[in-house]
Amino acid sequence: MSFAPACAALHDGETARAIETADEAAVLRALDAPAPGPHDLAALLSPAAAAHLEALARRAHETTVRHFGRTIQLFTPLYLSNHCTNGCVYCGFNSANRIPRAQLTPPQALEEGRAIAATGLRQLLLLTGEAPARAGTDYIAACARLLRPLFPSLAVEVHALSEDDYRVLVRAGVDGMTMFQETYDRTLYATLHPRGPKRDYAWRLDAPQRACRAGMRTVNIGALLGLAPWRLEVFATAMHARHLQRHHPGVDLAISLPRMRPHAGAWQPAHPLTDSDLVQAMTALRLFLPQAGITISTRESPTLRDNLVPLGVTRMSAGVSTAVGGHTGGEAGTGQFEISDPRGVQDMCAALRRRGYQPVFKDWEPLADAAPGAA
Amino acid sequence: MTTTPEPDDFLEIGGTRLQSRLFVGTGKFGDDALIPAVCEASGAQVITMALRRVDLDAGPANLMGHIPAHMVRLPNTSGARTADEAVRIARLARAMGCGHWIKIEVVADSRHLLPDGYATARATETLAREGFVVLPYMNPDLYVARSLADAGAAAVMPLGAPIGTNRGLRTREMIAVLIEDLDLPVIVDAGIGRPSQACEAMEMGAAACLVNTAIATAADPVGMARAFGRAVAAGREAFLSGPGAVRARASASSPLTGFLGQDGGRAPQEVAP
Repeated sequence: MSFAPACAALHDGETARAIETADEAAVLRALDAPAPGPHDLAALLSPAAAAHLEALARRAHETTVRHFGRTIQLFTPLYLSNHCTNGCVYCGFNSANRIPRAQLTPPQALEEGRAIAATGLRQLLLLTGEAPARAGTDYIAACARLLRPLFPSLAVEVHALSEDDYRVLVRAGVDGMTMFQETYDRTLYATLHPRGPKRDYAWRLDAPQRACRAGMRTVNIGALLGLAPWRLEVFATAMHARHLQRHHPGVDLAISLPRMRPHAGAWQPAHPLTDSDLVQAMTALRLFLPQAGITISTRESPTLRDNLVPLGVTRMSAGVSTAVGGHTGGEAGTGQFEISDPRGVQDMCAALRRRGYQPVFKDWEPLADAAPGAA
Repeated sequence: MTTTPEPDDFLEIGGTRLQSRLFVGTGKFGDDALIPAVCEASGAQVITMALRRVDLDAGPANLMGHIPAHMVRLPNTSGARTADEAVRIARLARAMGCGHWIKIEVVADSRHLLPDGYATARATETLAREGFVVLPYMNPDLYVARSLADAGAAAVMPLGAPIGTNRGLRTREMIAVLIEDLDLPVIVDAGIGRPSQACEAMEMGAAACLVNTAIATAADPVGMARAFGRAVAAGREAFLSGPGAVRARASASSPLTGFLGQDGGRAPQEVAP
């Protein structure tokens, strides 16, 4: 079942009003709720909840430690290609941007993978722009097959695919899928994505569900925070996650909170979030979705990332380059966005340990080698 | 020391005699280097670890390197969503040198993390046939427990509350049914948040308790491990000593029928005419 009707209903004005007008009593009720529901989430995301940020943070911390312990999963992105046919106005890969374009061959991708694996990382996220003629499903699958032996967890963040294409990737060893809707506001989405296949809002909105049906183990969704007023975007993200959980209970759901940074196109977000806004968004999500992974990217500064660790984060990237070929110094193209936390894996691990957290590298054991009957 | 077990009281599983009835885990620690001290302080002899977190190529960071040699390794199938995945993980665990004990976890609901009893029974049957000592994690359901027993489980591991919640013995009545009805050891797993709750499970007659979250996420994991070790031993001793039966209502300490005496009172004497 598509999330589209429920998502459209969220944008009828009622939900935004409920979030804006939630009072302190509703916030306190939500903070005490054993299993916060949508009304509680609205209260936790409300302006009134900002005055209770410390209480929210404490509950989010307790909830996270109970479910995930003092551990943080580490991963890194590998940019395979920055060719793109889309015109997303906020993105460094926008086809109108005159930046060096590059695409790794599968053997080059393997070299990048070896350089990454040498740092100890075992979870990899493969990224491409949207240029299916150059970097289509077969190409991504070819890279995945080469990289799988090095990375027990292999995810993709690529353009929206069909269910069959996701199945091809699953067979190639991909077990995770990341897809940001960018904004759940359909009208705004149309203005931000003026050309290219990504214009199709509905196709993108249901991509996570197609990935679930195709057998992905983990699905990571999110909105690009700063494009639209954040409270409703985070509410819609949470309801999208809940929708996926209800229909695909076996899939591990995760949410990213990417906050917009300046980039090569000099486009600035219309609705920037303060650090406090980001903390409120994260802690409210944690209480509503106690078991969901929460990812914080290197868009954020080292100091802020370190301080966010106890508040609900479960996954962080480390040793990040957003440029194609950035790990081996080969055909480096321009990155997708500017990173604010350039720390390598060892530095990230040291920072986590200083806070009493354990970096977790490996979180899955591929089962292809343990076929039934192979005792 | 009150933690000294009765010399002749042991738990036998898979041919191994265990003096300690506390099982511990390796998940959720801020630092895996705490694990040896946790094992020592708790007195536990069995430790469970998620195979998906084991990386034999990780050198000193390898989880297995932190587990003391004397511990029985109980790899678990965390992450398995189907019986087939659990079976494959168990085989990998054995091939990787983690021994032949396996704790089966089949969870296909990422929101509530409740185990799938049907799939667990199927995996148990396959693995028991292959010579594994199978300890399945389960909802405390009598019918599922009987299926697991028939499938060759070495024990059953019912949850006290949903995993990671620290909410205690919420399923107390159902666990009591399993303890009463099964010939297999009943090891309470998941949900135990405090030593007093572990003690309660042992007083009820549970064969053992598995505790991970409450130890790993405590401010002082080693201190908490010691406390759990003592609580489990105390609960066991209380069980063996026959705690007074619990009644729904208070009963007078001077019973109304006390005049009858233990022999039921004298029979009426024949009265002379």
